[in-house]
Amino acid sequence: MPTEYFLAHVWLIPLFPLAAAAVMLLFGRHLAKAAVNVFCVGGVFLSMVYAFGAILQLLARPVSQRVVEYVLFDWLPAGAMHTTAGQLARFDAPWGYLFDPLTVVMLGVVTGVGFLIHVYSIGYMAHESGYYRFFGYLNLFMFSMLTLVLANNVLEMFVGWEGVGLCSYLLIGFYFHKKSATDAGKKAFIVNRIGDAGFILGVFLMAGTLGTINFTQLWPAILSGNFHHGDAALTAIALLLFVGATGKSAQLPLYVWLPDAMEGPTPVSALIHAATMVTAGVYMVVRTSAIFSMAPLALEVMAGVGAATAIFAASIGVLQTDIKKVLAYSTISQLGYMFLACGVGAFSAGVFHLMTHAFFKGLLFLSAGSVIHAMSGEQDMLKMGGLAKKIPTTYRTMLVATLAIAGIPPLAGFFSKDEILGRAFGVSHLLWLVGLITAGVTAFYMFRLLFLTFYGESRVSPEAEHHLHESPASMTVPLAILALLSIVGGWVGIGGRFEKFLEPVISPPTIGMMAEGPASPPNLSLRHDEVTAPSAPREAEKEAGEAAPESLLMIVSVAAALVGIGLAYFLYLKRTDLPAKIAASAGGLYRLVCEKYYVDQIYDAMFVNRTKDLALALGAFDRIFIDGLFVNGAGRLTRATSVISAWWDKWFVDGLVNLGARIFWLVSYPVRMLQTGRVGSYALLIVLGLLVFIGCYIHAAGFKMEHLWP
Amino acid sequence: MAMFLIGVIGVVTRRNVIVILMSVELILNAVNINLIAFSRLAGSVEGQVFAIFIITDAAAEAAVGLGILIAFFRNRETVLGDEMDLLKW
Repeated sequence: MPTEYFLAHVWLIPLFPLAAAAVMLLFGRHLAKAAVNVFCVGGVFLSMVYAFGAILQLLARPVSQRVVEYVLFDWLPAGAMHTTAGQLARFDAPWGYLFDPLTVVMLGVVTGVGFLIHVYSIGYMAHESGYYRFFGYLNLFMFSMLTLVLANNVLEMFVGWEGVGLCSYLLIGFYFHKKSATDAGKKAFIVNRIGDAGFILGVFLMAGTLGTINFTQLWPAILSGNFHHGDAALTAIALLLFVGATGKSAQLPLYVWLPDAMEGPTPVSALIHAATMVTAGVYMVVRTSAIFSMAPLALEVMAGVGAATAIFAASIGVLQTDIKKVLAYSTISQLGYMFLACGVGAFSAGVFHLMTHAFFKGLLFLSAGSVIHAMSGEQDMLKMGGLAKKIPTTYRTMLVATLAIAGIPPLAGFFSKDEILGRAFGVSHLLWLVGLITAGVTAFYMFRLLFLTFYGESRVSPEAEHHLHESPASMTVPLAILALLSIVGGWVGIGGRFEKFLEPVISPPTIGMMAEGPASPPNLSLRHDEVTAPSAPREAEKEAGEAAPESLLMIVSVAAALVGIGLAYFLYLKRTDLPAKIAASAGGLYRLVCEKYYVDQIYDAMFVNRTKDLALALGAFDRIFIDGLFVNGAGRLTRATSVISAWWDKWFVDGLVNLGARIFWLVSYPVRMLQTGRVGSYALLIVLGLLVFIGCYIHAAGFKMEHLWP
Repeated sequence: MAMFLIGVIGVVTRRNVIVILMSVELILNAVNINLIAFSRLAGSVEGQVFAIFIITDAAAEAAVGLGILIAFFRNRETVLGDEMDLLKW
């Protein structure tokens, strides 16, 4: 095998699932389940092998050479243009793949977790119809997600971005015979459209302002374009891109689709709506961190939105009773954390949390799926309880994941969450406080979920009790692997190693880095003094973060988590009568949170129903003006004039024709009389004609009777 | 000549198609006799050869005519020539 074989064949990684998806969606109907497994799980396995091969080969390189960019072909060559900054740029969008430390993280998560979830799906979907369809969509999703992750420019990323959106829609609506599922799919798709509109506008503005959309050229373009820190154009781009991120990553105010997306099969919820797709927004923000770093306003907005989403979603999660809905709100809340991290400039902490979150939230969803599988489809936690003894493997993995998300050391969630909180403290104490409270609330509702499901008395219905069984090995083995990752996944971040690892992607390029880059402007070294300018505030933040008493912050955040756990223990195991009483005394507030702050209703009232009204009004306009006045009016007019022309046709044109016919009819009368149609009369005419002919002949020949009788 | 005329009159006046066909045979046989008579008068065999051709022809014609008649009868359930009045515009 040639050196760096995998690194040179990065472009193969998305193609394996694409091929499998094509086979499934074209011929899947005729394939046996075993063949579906071979194609789909095999396809993802191959791309995982290639991904990890490439990752290892990249890590084997020295730090300064850890950016590899391949351009497969020119995709959209658009020629030369002037940027709004007045520079001449050659704008084109190649179809290429970028492989750098950030890709390593995302690729590892997507293919690794993706493969485990595919294996898990074999067990989970075993009794479902549409098996091949499910795996076909899942593989199509893997292709789109890998395109998104490996893209070397924003537009190619957008292709993957829309692809995952489509697959998300298809998989949420997988049970298409259920109206709620198809509605949820449509909701997800439409809400995402709003975000995507922002994203594509951001891409346009980026192309117009910077003259490039390639990730590796963002820093050079910004540095050579004389943009100052806080430039309005850059802020606009950053805000527009963030709008796109709020849609895909379910942030306020566009988060409403994610809880509904739980209508899809649970592996889908785990893969798409927890581990990978919803983190695409964070990934995109980190990829374009060059722009965000120059736009402090956008960062502030992002931090604010992230923190608000985190605590808002966490508070809703407290009262949900559907096991998957709790996890959905938890996902929204954790994504809020990631944006909070990015917003305070701690991009690497955001990615770190993204990675650990993919492990433990994927594990949570898969464990919940295992519970649901065991409960024959029951999702209401109030109808569970005491399951720990019945399904011990699932219980153990769920416990690990819950501890991890609660932020208990030394599990994965602790390290990433702690890093985010530490960095937030350095920027704003308010943000830190919100994050801390969210951490406590998260621990509370996650342990509420755990206690309601696995502890206490069994509230399982007799029928479900009868079928209660531990999941097959194809489900428990991925659970165990993810549990392991949820424990050790955070250790890579100890001592800031993770941040250093991502340093080449996030910080402005240094001279050494740029020499490796494929498109380094030759004069960049001259501008090196400018390079440090935009990053100066970030360094200040960093110092502030380090100056904070880090060990104290750590203790406080762990304490918050422990308080949440203790409260959950007290309310849901010790004094199980208390929650109902509190709910009764809280009254209005309880109902407000229970109904998810009426956000869906408000959106319905403000946007959905107004859109419907607009549609009705436009429909009425169409009916009355377009249909009534123009189309039908033209029809009536034509009909009226046609009466005249019909009269003319009937009496004059037709009359002339008929007159001619009538004349010939009259003239032909005597001839017609000859044609009786009877054979006899024709025979008679023949004879007569013959006689006449003979007579004429005889006469003409001057025949005389004497000739006959000489 | 008399036989020929009987045949012609039969073709023209009779209503039954079978009789008409028989009359046609009469006409043909009249022609045969005529041919043979002239052949004898002229001392040549050409007339007799023609007569044999005509006998063959008459047999074929009778077969075809009766075939048409049977087909016609199946369609219209009649053999009367008067009712064969479809041969007009």
